Amino acid sequence: MTHVSQTLSSSAPLAPLTLPARRPRLALPALLLLAFVAVPLVGNDYWLGAILVPFLILSLAGLGLNLLTGYAGQTSLGSGGFMAVGAFATFGFVVHGGLPLPVAVFLAGLVTAGAGLLFGLPSDRIKGFYLMVSSLAAQFFFEWLFQKFPWFYNYGSSGTIALPRFEIFGLNAGSALGRYYVTLAVVAVLTWIAANLVRSQTGRSFMAIRDMDTAAAVIGIPVYRTKVLAFAVSSFYLGIAGALWAFVYLGSASVQSFGISRSFQVLFIIIIGGMGSISGNFIGAAFISLLPLAIDYTAQYFFAGHVDAGLLQNTQKAIFGVLIIWFLIKEPDGLARLFRNLGERLSNWPLRF
Amino acid sequence: MNLFLETLIGGLLAGTMYSLVAIGFVLIYKASGVFNFAQGSILLFAALTFVTLLEQGLPFAAALAVTILILILGAILIERTVLRPLANRSPMTLFMATLGLSYVVEGAAQGLMGAQVHALDLGIEDVPIFIGDVLISQFDLVAAATAVALALVLALLFNNTRIGISLRAVADDTRAALSIGINLNRIWQIVWAVAGIVGLVAGMLWGARQGIQFSLSLVVLKALPVLIIGGFTSIGGAIVGGLIVGAAENLAETYVGPYIGGGITPWFPYFLAIAFLYIRPAGLFGERTLERV
Amino acid sequence: MKRLVLTALLAAGVAATALAPPSAHADGKEQYVPLPTYRVGPYASSGTLWWAGTLDYFRYINEVEGGINGVKLKIEEFETEWSPDRTVEVYERVKNGKDGAPVAFFFTHGTPASYALIEKGAADKIPLIDPAGGRTESTDGTVFPYAFPLLFNYFSQASVGINYIAQKEGGFDKLKGKKIVTVYHDSAYGRETQAAVNLLAKKYGFENFQIPVADPGNEQSPQWRQVREIKPDWVFLRTWGVSTPVAIKTAQRFGIPADRIIGDVWAGSEADVIPAGTAAKGYQALAPYPGGPNFEIHDRLRKAILDTGKSDLKDKKFFGAVYYNIGLINAVLAVEALRAGQAKFGNRPLNGEEGRWGFEHLTIDDARLKEIGFQGLLQPIKLTPADHEGGGAARIQQWDGEKWVLVTDWIQADRDTLRPLIEAKAAAYAKEHSITPRSPTAEN
Repeated sequence: MTHVSQTLSSSAPLAPLTLPARRPRLALPALLLLAFVAVPLVGNDYWLGAILVPFLILSLAGLGLNLLTGYAGQTSLGSGGFMAVGAFATFGFVVHGGLPLPVAVFLAGLVTAGAGLLFGLPSDRIKGFYLMVSSLAAQFFFEWLFQKFPWFYNYGSSGTIALPRFEIFGLNAGSALGRYYVTLAVVAVLTWIAANLVRSQTGRSFMAIRDMDTAAAVIGIPVYRTKVLAFAVSSFYLGIAGALWAFVYLGSASVQSFGISRSFQVLFIIIIGGMGSISGNFIGAAFISLLPLAIDYTAQYFFAGHVDAGLLQNTQKAIFGVLIIWFLIKEPDGLARLFRNLGERLSNWPLRF
Repeated sequence: MNLFLETLIGGLLAGTMYSLVAIGFVLIYKASGVFNFAQGSILLFAALTFVTLLEQGLPFAAALAVTILILILGAILIERTVLRPLANRSPMTLFMATLGLSYVVEGAAQGLMGAQVHALDLGIEDVPIFIGDVLISQFDLVAAATAVALALVLALLFNNTRIGISLRAVADDTRAALSIGINLNRIWQIVWAVAGIVGLVAGMLWGARQGIQFSLSLVVLKALPVLIIGGFTSIGGAIVGGLIVGAAENLAETYVGPYIGGGITPWFPYFLAIAFLYIRPAGLFGERTLERV
Repeated sequence: MKRLVLTALLAAGVAATALAPPSAHADGKEQYVPLPTYRVGPYASSGTLWWAGTLDYFRYINEVEGGINGVKLKIEEFETEWSPDRTVEVYERVKNGKDGAPVAFFFTHGTPASYALIEKGAADKIPLIDPAGGRTESTDGTVFPYAFPLLFNYFSQASVGINYIAQKEGGFDKLKGKKIVTVYHDSAYGRETQAAVNLLAKKYGFENFQIPVADPGNEQSPQWRQVREIKPDWVFLRTWGVSTPVAIKTAQRFGIPADRIIGDVWAGSEADVIPAGTAAKGYQALAPYPGGPNFEIHDRLRKAILDTGKSDLKDKKFFGAVYYNIGLINAVLAVEALRAGQAKFGNRPLNGEEGRWGFEHLTIDDARLKEIGFQGLLQPIKLTPADHEGGGAARIQQWDGEKWVLVTDWIQADRDTLRPLIEAKAAAYAKEHSITPRSPTAEN
């Protein structure tokens, strides 16, 4: 048993090495049209600003981690820490460097990529769960760093970073709709890049290393360099996600927003959604951010006032845990697979044979 | 010099408190390859159950017995509902399942037994003892003795009982163990129950020190570096890892901390662990695996 | 078919979220009071008692007094696990009121959440209430019209701590050369007093040591070994959660007597000392919210709420616990502010802007304290548009091994000394955010 478990690569193939031949050609434009036009028309401020914006940002964070874990097979629990790097670096570039926000966010992504590269260096020797636990070093180190040295939060009194006003090239994008569009645009572009990346030679090297790094080395893939590259790319995405979370969604942030529970949340997203899948990140993020709300609404609707509130809230937490286990049991390859199967079934419907 | 000695000894002793938590991880990983993140919640649940029973007026021994019974039932339940359906899945999936499990256990613990903080008095005086000028905590001495005793008991259990031998067989080669008729599910149930009891011991000692409350579940974050320094599969490694982490973290906070602002204990052990792992990628006592193509 | 069941379940979940909760028609006589709470997670031990106090007092107002001048309070709870991110989501969900009942204020229930919401509150005109917490410089209401670090901000906490030490030493001149160590939770909350203590150290000439304890703080030997090396005269303990009992126990182990340790507001409840056992005997703490079940309001609540089974408390032994009283006091501050607002705008539910006016004109003097049954439990308080704190005093309570005993009357913070520090920080914020401060006298 232990022999199997030393490596994290699953025996079941997580993603096809070749892409499915038949792709619905209209799905993507339809989805974009829906996201850019239809959703803003029907959504209100609460839905846009408090549900969809964090959902999109979490999808992006999931995408970042998925590149590292789902594609390159290196598990990390440092996602929260890297998101913090993105947020604090953005703040630093704006406040100390006087740069406009979009430039600052991009540079912050690069800084985070550098940080990820550093923490990826031990990955040539440390593997599996050992690597995963080691990645907590990044998580706790960055939490400590950003609240210990006041320079990072510009000597504010409480270690909180906030930017004056949310502006993009002089336009005020502070409304829920503005924030939604900004997030959507960033996420759409980065997703497009990621989708192409995983189909490129680099992406295939990632997957070869995931499936078996010794074998990958044998066929001539520079394993160590590729692993470190995966850390850097993944961290770039996480850094951007962190910056968006701080300045587009919350408006301000402290390290508390990027604690270890955030790392777990991002990991949940990719596992529930589907490792080695691009759309899985979005499905997983929807699941993780909507399910607790759905449970909450349902519970409040039926039980509020009748059952002890403490018991009710704790039961909701337990139900969330049960559902996660249940989905893991029922859908080993994540919800993305479930949706794909469903799609295939629908495309054949009603003539299944 | 005294300060150094005191810090070193205090750190070594404090480290065994981490070992206690790490042993629970090792047991489960060894037998089933599951990295059980719920160990912290189980520790909380066990200690909270025990102290709640105690406060209901049960005598110490009875409360202990009932708690152990509940832990055994819990282990059977977990094996049936989580482990068995997930058998042969990737270690990552199992790890995530234990994260889900930790939500369930924490929700159950707080929902059923309330969120209040409980005091637990084990009757251990915590006044300083002086050996020469060096201050030593009596409580830490007891904790260290408990950890060592626990490790010895587990070693005896593994080496001299039928269950222990089957367990080692499973750890060595699951398939071979199955083929000679070892009941894998039963072994898992036993191991999870034993890990729960180890969690109870750790929870009682930690609880006596800090009160029995939710943050008991957070002591796992202290045990993880211990675990990877010692290796996932070695109980002795957990003890040695605990000593190393305890001593190093205390020395670092005392001698390095003041120069970089202090409060470095959350991350320092992890960096130490990375340094150790870089030299020995499966921990000090972990099993190295051969990689074949 | 299993797949279809799964999908259906997922869809149902999403749909349940999308559907608005049922809208019972309100008659326009209700004030909506959303409460972000934490009954789950590491901070639930303080939370559950806190919400019990708040809910019990609101129930008392609704059921015994028939609401505030006939306006009933419509309470709704939202679980946040003390996460600022989830509090932000709750805020967005509730800021427009519910079924026509408007929101007049929003309890943030946590300093990080106060920070996260400060600009949203100002933009949406919803007052953010965070008694004995919040962003210290938001005491300056000319820059922060919608933030209220009510009652006892962090600077005042530091100041009362020092004043009490001076009192024990026999005068401020005796502070010179004394060693005062602050052991603090290494977080925004923990560091918030540093500027104030630095200033006071300069003023009085005591030696100031700051020693951080990293979260969660369940192992503190290195810190207390350092404290022992310093040989301090006094220790100011600014921990929170599990780090407090561990600190008290570890202090004992290193031979630092509990009666030389003064805990801050958030290190001074039963949950902080009970786990420490006998080590906590003699430990003192700042108490803007004194513990004890025998104030006048407790008698009223006992009769109307506790004994009639309407209390939110699961276990009656916590009636009058420090956190329960925190809940009571925060609730009464909100109720009195609504009264002040109604006095100007009429006896109807208030919106956020009117709620702000109410808080800014909140005055509770001794006579009023007697009337509402809070004498001795709550200090007299008077807010103005420029001063969003309004109190700045605390009593000191000491743990006798069984219960908290109040050992002093209200000790006032040296607010005049600290005000320039607050104004400087507020001015810096105003500059950074291009805010033109309001005139403090313009609104009446």
